[in-house]
Amino acid sequence: MNDSFKKIAVFLVSAVLLVALPLVLQTQGNAWVRIVDIALLYVMLALGLNIVVGYAGLLDLGYVAFFAIGAYLFALLESPHLTETFPAIKAMFPNGLHISIFIVIPMAFLLAAIFGVILGAPTLKLRGDYLAIVTLGFGEIIRVFLNTLDHPYNITNGPKGILAIDPVHIGGINFGKTLKLDGFSIPSVTLYYYLFLALVIITVIISHRLQLSRVGRAWMAIREDEIAAKAMGINTRNMKLLAFGMGASFGGVSGAMFASFQSFVSPESFSLMESVMIVAMVVLGGLGHLPGVILGAVLLAALPEVLRYVAGPLQAMTDGRLDASILRQLFIALAMIVIMLVRPRGLWPSPEHGKSLHRRKAPDPVPGSTQAVTPGVDNPADEVPGDSSRPMSINP
Amino acid sequence: MDILLQQIINGLVLGSMYALIALGYTMVYGIINLINFAHGEVLMVGALTSWTIIGWMREAMPNSPGWLILILALIIACIVAAALNFVIEKVAYRPLRNSPKLAPLITAIGMSILLQTVAMIIWRPTNKAYPTLLPSESVHIAGASISPTQIMILGLTAVSLAVLMWIVNFTKLGRAMRATAENPRVAALMGIRPDMVISATFIIGAVLAAIAGVMYASNYGIAQHAMGFIPGLKAFTAAVFGGIGNLGGAVVGGILLGVIEAVGAGYLGAVTGGVLGSQHSDIFAFIILILTLTVRPSGLLGERVADRA
Repeated sequence: MNDSFKKIAVFLVSAVLLVALPLVLQTQGNAWVRIVDIALLYVMLALGLNIVVGYAGLLDLGYVAFFAIGAYLFALLESPHLTETFPAIKAMFPNGLHISIFIVIPMAFLLAAIFGVILGAPTLKLRGDYLAIVTLGFGEIIRVFLNTLDHPYNITNGPKGILAIDPVHIGGINFGKTLKLDGFSIPSVTLYYYLFLALVIITVIISHRLQLSRVGRAWMAIREDEIAAKAMGINTRNMKLLAFGMGASFGGVSGAMFASFQSFVSPESFSLMESVMIVAMVVLGGLGHLPGVILGAVLLAALPEVLRYVAGPLQAMTDGRLDASILRQLFIALAMIVIMLVRPRGLWPSPEHGKSLHRRKAPDPVPGSTQAVTPGVDNPADEVPGDSSRPMSINP
Repeated sequence: MDILLQQIINGLVLGSMYALIALGYTMVYGIINLINFAHGEVLMVGALTSWTIIGWMREAMPNSPGWLILILALIIACIVAAALNFVIEKVAYRPLRNSPKLAPLITAIGMSILLQTVAMIIWRPTNKAYPTLLPSESVHIAGASISPTQIMILGLTAVSLAVLMWIVNFTKLGRAMRATAENPRVAALMGIRPDMVISATFIIGAVLAAIAGVMYASNYGIAQHAMGFIPGLKAFTAAVFGGIGNLGGAVVGGILLGVIEAVGAGYLGAVTGGVLGSQHSDIFAFIILILTLTVRPSGLLGERVADRA
């Protein structure tokens, strides 16, 4: 009774805070709301990647590719680029392609999921570091194609990117313009805030339900021990493909939102650095633990932006060597190293994660008996710096 | 035909640089199972250090010959890179040896970004022209030309490889390294200090990376803070291609990858009628990587092992 009352109270307070946040921030300037918007997009990305890395244990370093796919799909379908380049499309849609987002977002979801499965299929047998490198290569391949698909047919407009993307329209509301409600006006960034918040909440709910479901348990079983999972009758192939597909689809949706929010896309936004950032958010926050992942995403996305405001004086002091973007990178790099050194399981790790990795505790020896630990075959005195249950390497 | 020969020569030069970098990856991976993402940045630090040294020396002693400056710069770059890699291992990787597997990988990525950022602060984020210190007249062989810098690269690679093979196969340290890679626990029981061996591995890897960095910069005539990352990735591909943990494999993989890339870049445009061009040459490495891992995960020269990749 008391407990559930507490839960409801926490829920209500956080709901009020989340709704009021942009209204408070926008008094300080829309730039602050913008930072929060971007942070929300990153939260969505991190939650999507968490399905792949946190639940299924498949390290994906090319996640930004799905973000790019969603963004470019949205950009192509909501900007004049296609109609301007291809007369045939112009003939079909004389007023330009302005497709409803209720069609485009499911398309982004599906297309990213398909690409996720395409990436997953050849990499099913790979694990750990190898998977990381292959996915990284996949991300780079997508980026190279975004850069070069401006000929022979100009699809992505090359490094210049696609401009003039429509803002989101839902019902009669144009998210790109300030909304006027009898004397009370809500700027565009705040509208986007509520849209993104809604999407993040949906993502959290889906992630949470997935985690508790049969599928989620199967993923976690694969993460802990793939062979054992297989022996228990889990179809590891389908489950891994599902993880790739589900994870990618969230990336696709958040990419579509990014495109409309920025109103332009270029390959520059989808560099390897972004993939690394998203992985860092998930790992720093706490793999497989939703509050941790959200914390990681908010910290890494928002804090460096805040640093921009203190960068000015610092830049003057170091005669231009330390500008805002360098400071941001420095902060991210240091955060990654220091947090991993201090808390290798992340800032807010899930309580059960890695249960199987803990060493089973032997019963306490009877004092004075030979059971007491003495250097010997089982307990070498000059122990190798490495967990004996997991040797440092298996050399081919 | 001339173009083919020329591209093969370019590929050999490129490949020997990949091979040197790949050796660093493969040695570290063989011993502590870590993809050292910061390895490419060690290359960059080596190249930029040598750039600074060359700048100083040209002012201090303008009449000394180019090759002398280059050799001195190379030696100093190797020392700086070795010290750097030693410190990185000690500070960032050693405390994480028993942590969950992702932790050292994330730290390595963080280290890579950190080194790039610090390089941007020290050397500023601009492209630097790397001086050509060797004579620039090319030697012509059967219609293809090869510059003295490229000859130097091929020669230096051969020498480095010979020295490395000698260290690994015929010295006490080399035996300790092989033993540690095989089984660190048993190696420790035999009186080997794994920490010492791991440090030595990082130092050797850094020296090779610094040599590759100086060669890379003098071959392309340019040096900047992000120059290490892509060659690093490709070298890792080369290491996997050849069979990770296998030194010979890293060399073969590196040289093959370089040749495939150079020949591919030369002919891709003509073969596909201009749809794909040399700007797609970066993709080769990744396609080779994916194919290798799917078809033969143990690599060209690696032995088959269960549960490897």
